[in-house]
Amino acid sequence: MNDLPAPPSPSLVVIGVSAGGFDALRRLLGGLPADFPLPVLIVQHLRAGSVALAETLQRFCAIRLKEADEGEPLAPATVYFAPADYHLLVERDSTLALSVDPPVRYARPAVDVLFESAADAFGPGVVGVVLTGANDDGSRGLRRIKAAGGTAIVQDPADAEAAQMPASALAAGAVDHVLPLADIAALLCTLAGCAAPQGSVP
Amino acid sequence: MNPQQLEELEFRLLLEGVFEVYGYDFRDYAEASLRRRIRHWLAERRYPSLSAAQGEILRDRAVFTSFLQGLTVNVSEMFRDPRFFRALREQIVPFLRTWPFVRIWVAGCAGGEEAYSLAILLHEEGLLRRCRIYATDINEAILDRARNGIFALRDMQTYTRNYQLAGGSGEFADYYQARYDHALMLPALRDNILFSPHNLAADAEFGEMHLVLCRNVLIYFNPDLKERALRLFDTALTAGGFLCLGMKETLEFRSLAASYTEMVKGLRIYRKEYPD
Repeated sequence: MNDLPAPPSPSLVVIGVSAGGFDALRRLLGGLPADFPLPVLIVQHLRAGSVALAETLQRFCAIRLKEADEGEPLAPATVYFAPADYHLLVERDSTLALSVDPPVRYARPAVDVLFESAADAFGPGVVGVVLTGANDDGSRGLRRIKAAGGTAIVQDPADAEAAQMPASALAAGAVDHVLPLADIAALLCTLAGCAAPQGSVP
Repeated sequence: MNPQQLEELEFRLLLEGVFEVYGYDFRDYAEASLRRRIRHWLAERRYPSLSAAQGEILRDRAVFTSFLQGLTVNVSEMFRDPRFFRALREQIVPFLRTWPFVRIWVAGCAGGEEAYSLAILLHEEGLLRRCRIYATDINEAILDRARNGIFALRDMQTYTRNYQLAGGSGEFADYYQARYDHALMLPALRDNILFSPHNLAADAEFGEMHLVLCRNVLIYFNPDLKERALRLFDTALTAGGFLCLGMKETLEFRSLAASYTEMVKGLRIYRKEYPD
């Protein structure tokens, strides 16, 4: 009877990435199994009109990738990308929302907007990941995820193609895990309670 | 009750209060963006919490007006999504020509960016004199700005590029006068535009329309309110008329879907079918 209650199991993973993002996402998402039990939401900074990342990255990944549609219900084993020029948010009823509110410190989509909405909607059920990038987007959002009881993961700045975004996330507050990109997919699988696929992605 | 639940309660109480006192109903807005906008307004006005602001919002109309601004200001640009405006010009204008008089509703017109874009497009197609553009928004202060037709000069470069990509047949610079740091749209463009307040959450439609533009507005509504707004547009639209939504908005999964056809794949231009 004196056992600690089971830690809350996560409900979703949110990822923010900027400069160097294509390669980082190829390696990270390539390391997730097709039946990864959680939805994964991603904001990557893009110029308006850029090609859809979901299509380009799909051939490297077992898990299903798609661009987020407005009002779409979250499904497990699916990776949703913010569309170019829209903020991506998640609602408490587990649907996706988009907005054309002004850029947040020059970024739309902004990582902070996604992370803050996830912290509001899912509190301790959020796993937030800040990857490579050359700005400080994501720092405030990751702090909010931590404050709401969620899990904060930051790519080791020494391992990142652009160190500023992970470094500023570390400077902004406590995080749970700092590790190289190659280890993040395995950690996400552990947190989500599933087996990582065999073999690593180059 | 944890701080997050307390904040949820504060949001709910405030929205109820605003509805009771002022009649503006935000209870069916999509929560995540609304919450963001409210927090942003609180931070700008330096209120420590929502509860601290609530009394002033409910008792002081000037504070409420500012709050309303913070909640409803939408940003747009002229000829946003040039591919959409090009399709409108090339594929929809020929249908509009078949009506002797064309009534157009720009719902959620914000600062008037799309209304002026439409006026320019219709002028170049020789159709403006036969059109009446009803441009509506919930936010009266932004309607004043739209009526004045004043935009930031620094945005004109983007608008010019959009205009060209959208198939503009003239020079965009001919449609405005630069004054210091702003651009004043030619007053003749708004001879056929009527800017007026309208609340998609509360008001009825106002007459038969041939074309309805409501782009990137429904994304701020919850499913019930989206459905309400779409039903308004449907009631207003004449058979064979056109409904244009934002590039990431769709009629798919909505009750109207069955009576509309998407005219241009992916550009969210829908045509209301004629009854059998």
